[in-house]
Amino acid sequence: MKKYCLIIVVLLLDCNQEKNNNNKSATVVKTEESKAETVDLIVYDYNTLEPLLNKKDGKVYVINFWATWCAPCVKELPYFETLNKEYQSKNVEVILVSLDFPKQYEKKLKPFIVNKNLKSRVVALNDVDSNTWIPKVNKDWSGAIPVTLIYKNDKRAFYEKSFNLEELKKEVNKFLN
Amino acid sequence: MKKTVKLMLLTAIVFGVWSFTKTEKAIDNGYKVGDYVKDFKLENIDGKMVSMSDFEKAKGFIITFTCNTCPYAVAYEDRIEALNKMYEEKGYLVIAIMPNNVKVKPEDGMKYMRARAEEKGFTFPYLMDEGQRVYPQFGATKTPHIYVVKKTDKGNMVKYIGAIDDNYQNADEVKNKYVEDAVNALLNGKEVNVTETKAIGCSIKV
Repeated sequence: MKKYCLIIVVLLLDCNQEKNNNNKSATVVKTEESKAETVDLIVYDYNTLEPLLNKKDGKVYVINFWATWCAPCVKELPYFETLNKEYQSKNVEVILVSLDFPKQYEKKLKPFIVNKNLKSRVVALNDVDSNTWIPKVNKDWSGAIPVTLIYKNDKRAFYEKSFNLEELKKEVNKFLN
Repeated sequence: MKKTVKLMLLTAIVFGVWSFTKTEKAIDNGYKVGDYVKDFKLENIDGKMVSMSDFEKAKGFIITFTCNTCPYAVAYEDRIEALNKMYEEKGYLVIAIMPNNVKVKPEDGMKYMRARAEEKGFTFPYLMDEGQRVYPQFGATKTPHIYVVKKTDKGNMVKYIGAIDDNYQNADEVKNKYVEDAVNALLNGKEVNVTETKAIGCSIKV
């Protein structure tokens, strides 16, 4: 019984914390523009991105393809951020591959990275010949985003869908011993 | 008190499971090249209902799932209009269908579709997939998503599925015009060379 109450108290505290965070981010916005200029964004084409999708170093990589204009992508980003933070010690790394248009890198993507305080590695993929590279990521991918690739050495799983935190953890756990 | 807490927890669990299953929606079925397309009857921006069977003289259709709000769809608006201008008279007209749930994307609602069509001067029907029943039949997953169908004695047969061309960023740097190539082949009585292509797009909002 006490345990249940404790859980609820924790949940309530959690909500409060979120509120505080929101207030904090409001003050960050002011300096957002100047900070965005300092964001180092590596832009890949598919050939140079491919090695990131095929490492064999025993680490679990969670690769999420997203864009700032994609509402379901933006909605699930916090879950990937949480995963990256909580699973760092378990040798898991999240890489967020942005498919924003190049002309939006300065205007939207970099300010977004600063504003949302993204801690996971964010890279950009700029390769218009999607018919060539989409099937290389996964043969069943229709091209819709968000999609997520989880891999460790030769074991791979591909998800053309949105995640919540619980399910994301469940899928990543399958890659942990 | 104990009961209330249990009830609260139960509600939380039930709600959790519900939101979990909601994200699971995926489309595995849908038309493949060679399949026959079931006709639809959807409302156009002018308030009239439109079906493929309305166009008796058509040789086929360029069915285009698109919307107002997706940057990829917007990038292709002028090229979709150009396709209709190029092929309507030859017998292949564009029928655009907006598949998103307008409760999720209000800016894709009928009045916005009408405004966008007027602004861009669309000459093709721009239909609302009311109830979102048509796009799952096709197996469309994103906007833009194109199906070229050819009218035959047995019905409208899918001949091409995929992207309009291979450069969403710049129409001037396109190397492969997939839809044009497909329609040109069909008009010349030939088989379509590239029948399926992949492209990035915005997932259809359910």
